[in-house]
Amino acid sequence: MRLAVKVAIAAAMLPVASAHAWEPTKPIEIIVPFPPGGSSDQMARTIQGAIQKNNLVKQPIIIVNKPAAAGGEAMLDIQKSAGDPHKLITTSSGIYMTPLATKLPVSWKDFTPVAMMAQDEFVLWVNSAKPYKTAKDFLDAAKAAAPPLKTGGNGSKREDHLISVTMEQTAGVKITYVPYQGGGPASVQLAGGHIDANVNNPAEEVANWRSGAVKPLCAFSPKPMEYTQKVTADMAWSDIPTCPSQGLNVTYQMLRGMFMPGKVTPEQQAYYVDLFRKVAETPDWKAYLERNALVPDFRSGQAFVDFLTEDERKHKELMTKAGFIATN
Amino acid sequence: MADVSHPADDSPPASERGISRRLVETLVSLLLLGVSALALWDSYGRGAGWDNGPENGFFPARVAWILAIAAVATLWSALRREESVFVTYGQLRLVAQVFVPLFLYVLAIAFVGIYVASALFLVLFMVMLGSFRWWQTVLAAVLTPLIIFWVFELQFRVPLPKGPIEAMLGY
Amino acid sequence: MDDLNQLLLGFQVALTWQNVLFMVVGVLLGIVVGVLPGLGGPNGVAILLPLTFGMDPTSAIILLSSIYWGALFGGAITSILFNIPGEAWSVATTFDGYPMAQQGRAGEALTAAFTASFIGALSGVVLITFVAPLVAKFALRFGPAEFFGVFFLTFCSFIGMGRENKAKIVASLALGFLLAAVGLDTISGDLRLTFGSPELMKGFDFLVVVIGLFGVSEILLTIEEGLHFKGKRAAIDLAVVLRTWATLPRYWATLIRSSVVGMWMGVTPGGAIAASFMGYGLAKRFSRRPDAFGRGEVEGVLAPETAAHAAGTSALLPMLALGIPGSATAAVLLGGLMIWGLQPGPLLFVEKKEFVWGLIASMYLGNVAGLLIVLATVPVFAAIMRIPFALVAPIILVVCAIGAFTVESSRFDIWLMLAFGIVGYVFKKLDYPLAPLVLALVLGDRAEDAFRQALLGSGGDLSVFFSNGLVSTLMILALLLLFWGPLGDIRRLVARKIGLGREAPLAP
Repeated sequence: MRLAVKVAIAAAMLPVASAHAWEPTKPIEIIVPFPPGGSSDQMARTIQGAIQKNNLVKQPIIIVNKPAAAGGEAMLDIQKSAGDPHKLITTSSGIYMTPLATKLPVSWKDFTPVAMMAQDEFVLWVNSAKPYKTAKDFLDAAKAAAPPLKTGGNGSKREDHLISVTMEQTAGVKITYVPYQGGGPASVQLAGGHIDANVNNPAEEVANWRSGAVKPLCAFSPKPMEYTQKVTADMAWSDIPTCPSQGLNVTYQMLRGMFMPGKVTPEQQAYYVDLFRKVAETPDWKAYLERNALVPDFRSGQAFVDFLTEDERKHKELMTKAGFIATN
Repeated sequence: MADVSHPADDSPPASERGISRRLVETLVSLLLLGVSALALWDSYGRGAGWDNGPENGFFPARVAWILAIAAVATLWSALRREESVFVTYGQLRLVAQVFVPLFLYVLAIAFVGIYVASALFLVLFMVMLGSFRWWQTVLAAVLTPLIIFWVFELQFRVPLPKGPIEAMLGY
Repeated sequence: MDDLNQLLLGFQVALTWQNVLFMVVGVLLGIVVGVLPGLGGPNGVAILLPLTFGMDPTSAIILLSSIYWGALFGGAITSILFNIPGEAWSVATTFDGYPMAQQGRAGEALTAAFTASFIGALSGVVLITFVAPLVAKFALRFGPAEFFGVFFLTFCSFIGMGRENKAKIVASLALGFLLAAVGLDTISGDLRLTFGSPELMKGFDFLVVVIGLFGVSEILLTIEEGLHFKGKRAAIDLAVVLRTWATLPRYWATLIRSSVVGMWMGVTPGGAIAASFMGYGLAKRFSRRPDAFGRGEVEGVLAPETAAHAAGTSALLPMLALGIPGSATAAVLLGGLMIWGLQPGPLLFVEKKEFVWGLIASMYLGNVAGLLIVLATVPVFAAIMRIPFALVAPIILVVCAIGAFTVESSRFDIWLMLAFGIVGYVFKKLDYPLAPLVLALVLGDRAEDAFRQALLGSGGDLSVFFSNGLVSTLMILALLLLFWGPLGDIRRLVARKIGLGREAPLAP
């Protein structure tokens, strides 16, 4: 009986399907592998708002937060939902880092890459009360310090930790990394002088920068950021020098993208690629990028897959060097 | 209004037979010992020492030792306690009347989704334990899932577990 | 004085008719999400956030913060009526609220809870109004060692007070700690105690455990006694509000103490959950009748509710002044501020005066509106106790299952809820206290994280916990509270000995 209904529906849809592309038939869930209020959550909700405001999808968009186990829970959920075209997941580098660090049996290769929306920058921040003016000052102080200087960031064996350890190894200094429950606490701890530096994303630190509690030393990117509008009285994001230009040869950027579960049809994938391309062109999205100093970098299809393959290789190398790969 | 039923075994005499409390106390103590053994095994396997600050098994291991000691203490006092009744068979039957439908309900959620399961659960529960008129039961069983659907799926946009019937209706 | 003028300006902003309407709608929605376990303040706010993108930021934050007030009020309702905490911070409210309801005093308990919430919130708002910048600076002094001090203080103010078998208290506490440790460890980034099971990877969520331990087990216990709720013949009318109010002045010391504890925990940010436990523990410590606690003592409802609400409100202060979210809901609101194009931080007070003061004024108004709305509903909620058990019990269980599911959108959590229902049933029958388990579960891993963060920073040197005035004070206060009971016993023992010595000559 059920099968018959399905066949009937499929038959009825067939001519339509060939004329038009696939369209969602029920509410779309966007799974966010982070708690409400975090930067991935903000991205998802900005996308949700942009889609609703500009009427890009007829079906409602639902956001589901699954922050447990550094996003592992969310990835397992997507893996189990193979073939479901009404589920999406926001991703960051965690999509390769969490499985590598915890031996979780998931891989992005089982998912369907939809689109990369942007890349997030990382910046070396220090407390304003400290005398360091350049990354070199900081590293010199780190060389001389005993006990070692402290950096802090979100979690262990994640992006912030990786940058901190890579910085240590590149500059040949000893730094203690203190993991916190998120970028927010790490930002507060820096403002309170409990740690000496952090490597937060621009969005996580902009409030304290503007208030004068912290200052940026350098950005871990190959070239300066593009946003030239003044953020503080005398500086814009573009005024932050890159770390390589300061003699600290570490660059790291994090993708922000969208995936679907595996085993979806090419039409379904194409629908979402098209949708996110439209989202990326909305003024809401552009305002979001500027506010968070994200690098606009829309990629889809093979370009995205190539990026992922290369990025995963890079992470594996960095994480192996840092000793983050799960062994047991 | 449906009257609350008063089964004969509502308030059993103190002398009524039931499960021994000493037995349950002992079982719980042994279970807690088992939990602590598991935690100790896991913690020492990952390192429970002190390496410039505690390793990640340090606290669970210490806590598990404490749990083990407490469990031994409760086991000791359980074995020495006077015999009394943990739950009488009459009470146990009543508890089972709630627990078994509840268990079936949770089981059913996996197959038919939470809405259908809730309706079935309400019917089962109300028929077994209440003395409602049939239309009251049907009304409650139909209305509750509908209200839940309206509140969670439509208003708050929180997706709950759904089964094949919802899928056929396009959700 | 300048502040007062600013506040008046704020009231002008907040008192437009559409803002008042948003306030009422927000409070009502908040009560709904607060009542439903699993759906909490953060969900309520996050769900409505996209709707506010097109709105004026002041109206938007009034709507969203009112949801927060409503959720704070609403969490107490199911705690008192069914022993199911609608929110994590209302767990401590169940300890005395539910026994009161069983004794037919549901109306009194609800009124006490709501009024206490209001008083707590009010003290929080006054704090925000007058000393915001000062207090905000204070929050920055909290490093890992200080956080550990706060959590340790919370434990010590709560533990060591049970009538139960000491071994069972310890077992319950230790079990809570172990459950809290399951899952991903923040400090090492490794999985612990999961035994390779992907389901255990996400750990035991506090709310899921509590729904099972308290809610499901309560239904099982109730049915043993026959198929009805106790205390269903409660008098239900609005006069109960006035009668309860008449008794409240007696508890001024508890109300003030809990307000202070709450404000402190909200700002630091120890959080509303820790605050509610600490408020309850201290009230019991300082009560003349500590044995009445846990058996339907109105003070046991007032203390945690005041503290939780004071903390919940004060938690908005670091968010506005520093951009630090003091709570999960504040974190979502923070996201909202940025989406509306406002940058939280000290400059907000300068750049967006009418926004900040409009929000502060709406805190006063929103809480008044909230109090009126919830008080009016007291008879409605108390009347739920009159619905036949065979109808209410399955609905409660359905709501429990939904609550357990929505916390993490995980079907496995419904099974966990069921399992903890059995654990709760057996533990309650065997007199294992549940409160230490719950406290250890909610604060255990945070305390451990803070401890290990502090030691990472100090290079393994334990003296970090006595390295400055603030953390030393916290630790000494905690140790004092921990040994308060034994010290009191010794003092009494000594006093009796002396007394006996003096009486001895008279004896023969």
